[in-house]
Formats: sequence, C-alpha cells, structure tokens
Amino acid sequence: MKQVAEGSQAVSEAVRLAKVQVIAAYPITPQTHIVENLSEHCASGALNARFICVESEHSAMAAIIGAASSGVRTFTASSSHGLAYMHELLHWASGARLPIVMADVNRALGPGWNIWLDQTDSLSQRDTGWIQLYCEDSQDVLDTTLIAYRLAESVNLPVMIVLDAFFLSHTYEPVDIPDQKQVDAFLPPLSPRFQLDPANPACFNQFVAPQAYMEMRYNIQTAMQQVPESFRQIARDFKSIFGRHPHLAEDIQCDDAEIVFVTAGTTVSTCRQAVDRLRRAGEKAGLLKLKMFRPFPVDFLRQILNGQQKIAVVDRNCSFGASGIFAQELRAALYNAQAPPGIFGYIAGLGGRDVTPETIEDIYWQTKNEDRPQTENKWIGLDQETLKSWRN
Amino acid sequence: MAQLKVPDQDYFHPGHLGCPGCGAAIAIKFALKALGKNIVMVIPASCASIIVGPYPHSAVDVPVLHTAFATAGAAASGVRAALDMKGDTETTVVSWAGDGGTFDIGFQSLSGAVERNEDCIFVCYDNEAYMNTGVQRSSSTPFGVRTTTTPGQDWKRTRKKNIMETMAAHRIPYAATASIAFPEDLIAKFEKAKEKRGGSRFIHIFASCATGWGAPSDASVKIARLAVQTNIFPLYEIEDGNRYILNYKGECRVEEYLQTQGRFQHLGTEDISRIQGMVSEDWSTLLRKAGEAPP
Repeated sequence: MKQVAEGSQAVSEAVRLAKVQVIAAYPITPQTHIVENLSEHCASGALNARFICVESEHSAMAAIIGAASSGVRTFTASSSHGLAYMHELLHWASGARLPIVMADVNRALGPGWNIWLDQTDSLSQRDTGWIQLYCEDSQDVLDTTLIAYRLAESVNLPVMIVLDAFFLSHTYEPVDIPDQKQVDAFLPPLSPRFQLDPANPACFNQFVAPQAYMEMRYNIQTAMQQVPESFRQIARDFKSIFGRHPHLAEDIQCDDAEIVFVTAGTTVSTCRQAVDRLRRAGEKAGLLKLKMFRPFPVDFLRQILNGQQKIAVVDRNCSFGASGIFAQELRAALYNAQAPPGIFGYIAGLGGRDVTPETIEDIYWQTKNEDRPQTENKWIGLDQETLKSWRN
Repeated sequence: MAQLKVPDQDYFHPGHLGCPGCGAAIAIKFALKALGKNIVMVIPASCASIIVGPYPHSAVDVPVLHTAFATAGAAASGVRAALDMKGDTETTVVSWAGDGGTFDIGFQSLSGAVERNEDCIFVCYDNEAYMNTGVQRSSSTPFGVRTTTTPGQDWKRTRKKNIMETMAAHRIPYAATASIAFPEDLIAKFEKAKEKRGGSRFIHIFASCATGWGAPSDASVKIARLAVQTNIFPLYEIEDGNRYILNYKGECRVEEYLQTQGRFQHLGTEDISRIQGMVSEDWSTLLRKAGEAPP
C-alpha cells in the first residue's frame, strides 16, 4: 500500500514487517523518529517485541548482541557520536557472527556540534566487519532493510543500513509499504545455527589462542566475499515478490559516458537530475550509484568502470590526511583494472551543506576541463572569505 | 546462621585456568552449586573470562556469553529479553563480573540495567584490583593498598567505593554480600536470589586473590574469613533498597586481617588505626541501618 512516509518511518515499518523480537536503542538526533516509531509499535502491539531503553549506545549494541546470541531477530539504530560510541561492540557483533541489523542516520561528528548530513560516521566504521548498504530514498530504505535481514541471516554478518540525516530521515515521500503476507513469504523466521541454551551449554566468544584466531578472521573475510552474490540472489527473490529490484550498485547511462559520477545516499538523486540536464545539453554524463560499500563490490565496479575515461567521485566525508573515502576505495579497487579511468575526487556537502544539481554540474565542468586529476581531492564550495578571516 | 547443606553436584570442573588459591574460582564453584544448570552466564572481560576456559574448552556446564568489558549489565538484559520473547521464563540470567566490570568500566551499564529492574542476577566477584591485567588499582581497592599503579609511597589514599549502597540507591529488590569463606551463607543467598524472580538482584562476593594480594595460596579462605570477622567485609542483605539484614557480627581488629597480606605491609601504626577508624565507622552505620544497637 502506498503511503506518504519519511525515511525514518520506512525503517521502522520494515522492522515491524520483519517481526523483529528485541530492540535496544538510545536516542540521538536525527535517529529519534525511528526509535519513537518502534516504541509506539511495541506499545500498541503492532510489533510483538521487547524494547530495551538502554542508557547508552554502547549498551544498546551490547544488549542486542546478548539478544542475538540467544537466537532472536534484533534491531538498533544510531547516528554520529552514538555510532562512534558503539565502535567496540561493532567489532564484537561481527566477530561473534551475529545477524544484527542496524540503521545509521549519517550525521556529522563534533566538534563543533552539527546534526546534519555527513558520511564520516558510518565510513569510519568500515573495518568493523559490518556489511554497509547506503540508501537513496525512502523506498530504497524500506526495501534495503528487508533485504538486510535476509542477507545478515544468510551470511551470519551484521548489516548497517545507512540513510542521510534529514534529507532522507525526515523527508516525506510516497513509499510502497508491503503487506505482512508478502514479507513473510520473503523473510522466514530466524533459525539460528547456534544460540545460548542451557540444554546445550557452550561458551560463546571466549578466549582464543593464536592457533585459531586467524582462521576465525579468515572465515569473516570469506563470508564477506560471498555477500555480493548473496545480495544478488536475495534481490531477485525480492523482485519476484515485490516487483522492485534493488541492486548493490546501479549504472545509469554509463555505456557512452565521458564522465561518470560515483556517489551514495541522497546525492545519487541529485546526480540523476544533473545527469539528465547535462545529457539534454549534449554532454555525455553517466552515474554509478553505490549501495554496497562493505564489502566493496570490486568485481562489479571494475566491470562497469574499466575503460571509462574519467570518473568524478562525490564524497560527503573526508579521511583527513588521505581523501574522500569513496574516492580512496575506488582508486584501490581500480588500480589493478586493465584500463583504469582517471579518478577525480570531490569533497562536498559536509555537515549538511547543500549539494544541488548545480553543484554536480560544476563538478562535471571542472572534471571535463582537466585531462588528469591534479590532486587527490578538491573541496567544493569553500567560502574563501571565512577561511581568510580565520587566518587573520 | 542457618546450617544448610552444600550440594554435592558441581557445574564447575577441574582444569579451569584459575591460579592456585583463586578466590574467584571458589566463588564460581559455590554459586553454580546454588544456581544449578538452568542459567545463562554473561561474563565480561575479567579473570573469570579466562578461568572458565579457552576455546575450545569449557570448565562450566552452563552456557556462557563472553562480552566486552563494560557491558555485563546490558548484555545480560539482551539475553533476558530474548529468552522472554522465546517464552523461556525459567532460565535465570546471571552476569558475572569482577570489580572492574562492576565498580568502574561496567558501572554505567550495571546502573542502567538495575534501574530498569532487569530480571537478572548481577554478580560482582570482588578481588579489589585489576588482577587479570597484573594488579592495577580499581575503585574497589581499599585505602592503604599497594598495587602496580599505586606503588611505593603512592599507595592508595582513597577509600573503596561502597557498591552495595549504590545498588540500594537503585531500590532493587535484593542485594547481598557473600564470602568464599562462608559457602553455606553464599549458597543460601544465591538460592534466595534465584527465587526472587522478576527484578534485579545483586550479589557482591568477596573473592580473595593470593596472587595479587601477596599471600600464600593456601591462605585465601582464611583471609576471606578474617575480612568478615573484622567487619572489613560484613555479610548482610538489603531488600528493596531499605531493609537491611545483618548476617554476621565480627569482633576482630583489622590488624589480624592486614598482616596476612603483602599489599598492606608498608603501612605504619597510624595508617592501621586510621583503617580501624574507617571500618568501625562503616560498621556503626551498617548497624544503625539494620536497626541494631551500636557496638
């Protein structure tokens, strides 16, 4: 049924439909609507789940780990500082091979305090062993959340759904919310291979010596490598039931493109509009939407981007001392391609600053006017007056 | 004190990794005798996380969830919620943390859990310092103690945190102290805690550490007994945060206890009388709260 919903509601509706059994969460702007909606669902009985109002994000993830280890379907949501505070437990969740799903609302980290869009919070968790899936719009959020449970439970790894602060979390748009029967057909009840059980006592996550630790890590990597193929299979099932076909990455007008934009999140929608305008003006612009960031779908990206002339990566994040993180990952992924493109990195829209179709077009022309990238990244839209005033 | 039989059945077995004379191992042994098989144990980083055995072994006959240092209260809450959702209200969830995982890094998570009145037993086995990492001070380390982070003349000048009072302040249904030197009392308290379902129960066990305290390994139980007999570690219960029940009245002087351990050997007469003053003051406060006549 089509309903007007904000991105946060797309998450909470998907969690309700997934029949999650234990939720633990701590409020942080702009994640709050997700957990408020879920609290309402638990209170009204629309969702038969236990909601644990923990005293911190660190405890939220710890509680979810306890619940998932006991064999139930779980959920949490956070953002920015909350996600950073969870960091230790993110490693614990993947090391314990738990199929936890969480939503992260991409928000800037302080100081200064800033509640708006920035991708650095989720991207700086890239080495924690979590699958990361970025969403473009509310429908994408709902669909991705449902897929996330199937995916997490098929490879025994946790999944982070990522959605942009406000531009997605608080923006209303029409969303097709499926009925319970359809979701039940897509997502069967969780049947864990292992769970805490007094009838079958075992130690979980115990001390492990060097002779087995490395093999455990190798298994995580092996499971991660299966994720793209698992995602494709699950997405095909998803399409057969719901009619929509989410992709781990989507190439739009790339075949004859001279410049291909690569980005994630709501910026993809902005790029779609810019690409249309540029095409109408006779420019050969293309777009690659990245949904899956971990594992980084290297094979697919090489297939699409090998032989392209130039790619322009729009990063709403920065790894200080290196570059935008998507650009960095793409450089590493394409280095061994036969004909790697020139990779132009752009940092834009940090801390909630607008990235408009005009910003994207500006990036297009800057890329077109250079034969090869002159720097690892260019910062777009810096206010030189402000920078100058701080120098004085 | 009621004379109760110590059950023969053990759920904690030889081959565990405790040091010779480990008070924490004795605590696990007796607690499990009382709790039985139908529990889930949650163990944060601590000596206990080593003692119960490395992969692929286990010294205990119960399921164990090992969890990060700060998280015993939260992880136990999650296990409880999941069991409830599965319709299992019979299994008791028991978190088993050291003093670091209770008094210090685990305090926030524990406070959160007991404020929610989670239906779990939260245990602190207290050896009064970070023993697993090599005897560094914790907020449970008493006044006067030398540790590897309070060495030489920088021995600890502040008092041990009163964790029982913090639990009482949360108004939880049941909190009790116990000692490895009083196994029948300890077992009775665990049995009582297990029966009091539906809310948070806290048990604070004095678990001496021969290795960290500078004592011979055969003195662990004697030291623990003296801690009770000197009123340094009184045995008592608190119901609903305000009904205090004393289980034992000690009459010994603190010297008898202090002289058994290397960690106090640097103290002079004045320091020792200061410690006696603190212990007597705390004991009077406890007597008053329990409605008993002052000494």
